Amino acid sequence: MTTTKRRRSNYPLGLLALRTVAAWGVALLLFFPLGWLFLTAFKTELQAIAVPPQLFFIPTLENFHEVQERSDYLLYAKNSVITSVVSTLVGLMLAAPAAYAMAFFKGKYTKDILMWMLSTKMMPAVGALVPIYVLAQKSHLLDTQLALIIVFALSNLPIMVWMLYSHFKDIPREILEAARMDGATLWQEVRLVLLPLGMGGLASTGLLCLVLSWNEAFWSLNLSAAKAGTLATLIASYSSPEGLFWAKLSAASLMAIAPIVVFGWFSQKQLVQGLTFGAVK
Amino acid sequence: MNRRLLPRLLLTPAMATLFLWMIVPLVMTIYFSLIRYNLMQPDQTGFAGLENFEYFVTDPSFGTAVVNTILLLGSVILITVVFGIAIALLINEPFAGRGIVRVLLISPFFVMPTVNALMWKNMMMNPIYGVLAQVWMFFGAQPVDWLTDHPLFSVIVMVSWQWLPFATLIFMTALQSMNHEQLEASRMDGANYLQQLRYLYVPHLARSVAVVVMIELIFLLSIFAEIYTTTGGGPGDASTNVTFLIFKQALLNFDAGVASAGALFAVLLANIAAVFLIRMVGKNLDK
Repeated sequence: MTTTKRRRSNYPLGLLALRTVAAWGVALLLFFPLGWLFLTAFKTELQAIAVPPQLFFIPTLENFHEVQERSDYLLYAKNSVITSVVSTLVGLMLAAPAAYAMAFFKGKYTKDILMWMLSTKMMPAVGALVPIYVLAQKSHLLDTQLALIIVFALSNLPIMVWMLYSHFKDIPREILEAARMDGATLWQEVRLVLLPLGMGGLASTGLLCLVLSWNEAFWSLNLSAAKAGTLATLIASYSSPEGLFWAKLSAASLMAIAPIVVFGWFSQKQLVQGLTFGAVK
Repeated sequence: MNRRLLPRLLLTPAMATLFLWMIVPLVMTIYFSLIRYNLMQPDQTGFAGLENFEYFVTDPSFGTAVVNTILLLGSVILITVVFGIAIALLINEPFAGRGIVRVLLISPFFVMPTVNALMWKNMMMNPIYGVLAQVWMFFGAQPVDWLTDHPLFSVIVMVSWQWLPFATLIFMTALQSMNHEQLEASRMDGANYLQQLRYLYVPHLARSVAVVVMIELIFLLSIFAEIYTTTGGGPGDASTNVTFLIFKQALLNFDAGVASAGALFAVLLANIAAVFLIRMVGKNLDK
């Protein structure tokens, strides 16, 4: 047996080189479309459709000016920020108490409630399209930020409850009980014990919902237009085949995704852990 | 405060809003599906019986849409799970620049579907100026008009590109909790990499596969933006899924009645999937 014995430290160098090259190759290949989008945003329209494609060129900021002039990027960006941030906060305020109740006061029906909540998320958004559209129209909420905030918060709610539940469940009950024994009121228990311990969970849940709302396209496309439209709808307006304006399209796209992509880079670990519902450690 | 009352009080807001969010549209959808309700023909009203259902189900696009939905779902889940595991295994050991590779790999997940779709449609898949066409030409092949000739495949590529990072990172997280002593022991017993893969890695990943499948199912059943901004469901119905078909009935044909009938069908489809999956995953998450 001793002959086959190998330790980690003498992991063959050739294999490591191969792994490094392969990993970088895959990563660059998958990132390529985004990198290309980034480059195209700084090209002129002619350079953007040059054959063969140009890798080296003098960058221009022209496209960014034109996007702002043509379609008021800032208005859409503002709508995106407001709808995603507010809907996330509303969602957290609804989800956190529910998750707390289920995690620390487990009852006979807790599991069924959780399953039921998740099952509402399985109902495809399109199933509610006509009624929600009619309701929004009747209550004059079509093309308002409020309509999008309500819809985003509610459609993310099941996932938020699940994520928070799985995070809270990992907090030892004994700590909370000890606080209660020491005469802490509910508010003190929440503020001094639960919030500090559950911060990670709240943060990753909030982050994920921010990303989901920012990128949400189905409801924004169907419920909002020129007034409350989010960046997702702004970009969709570039899909009409009115010639090849790739440089401008790229600039607009880059402006739409840059905030959330950079945000995602910094919070990726939290995000991924959150998304697994605590099932994958 | 009463220990029985408190949890109920805390649960009520979330449950009540969620219940309304589910039941109000559902009841309205059922009602609309039974009446004549076309926004373009306001004079036609009244009880329609099952006409709307009949119209939706006998629509020649219907069968295609169901098949497309299942194909799209199945392909994307298969691609992301298989490649996700492969990439996760690849970057599981330390190497130079691992942090940057991670950042590059996860990026597509944060890209909004409309940007994703337009980027692939134009810069990548355009048959003349697109990067893929250039690559094809470089190798002396005839460039492919992806969106016209392989519309569903194109949509699958876009959606897979978006969801592969998610799967990869879940699997990566799972791999990090592998028992290293067990791996070491198997190595000492002379197990080769393939055997380790078969008996240690894959069983360890079973649970994360369940998570990936469940979450992707939730989000992929209603793929919309990628189709809306690229192929518009076409050519013909070649890339129309059930979601897009209902959208067409509702907002392009203005027929709320037929769209509602279709929506009920979509709900049914989703529930069939949900019953199997949530049960399976629910058990898995319980441990």
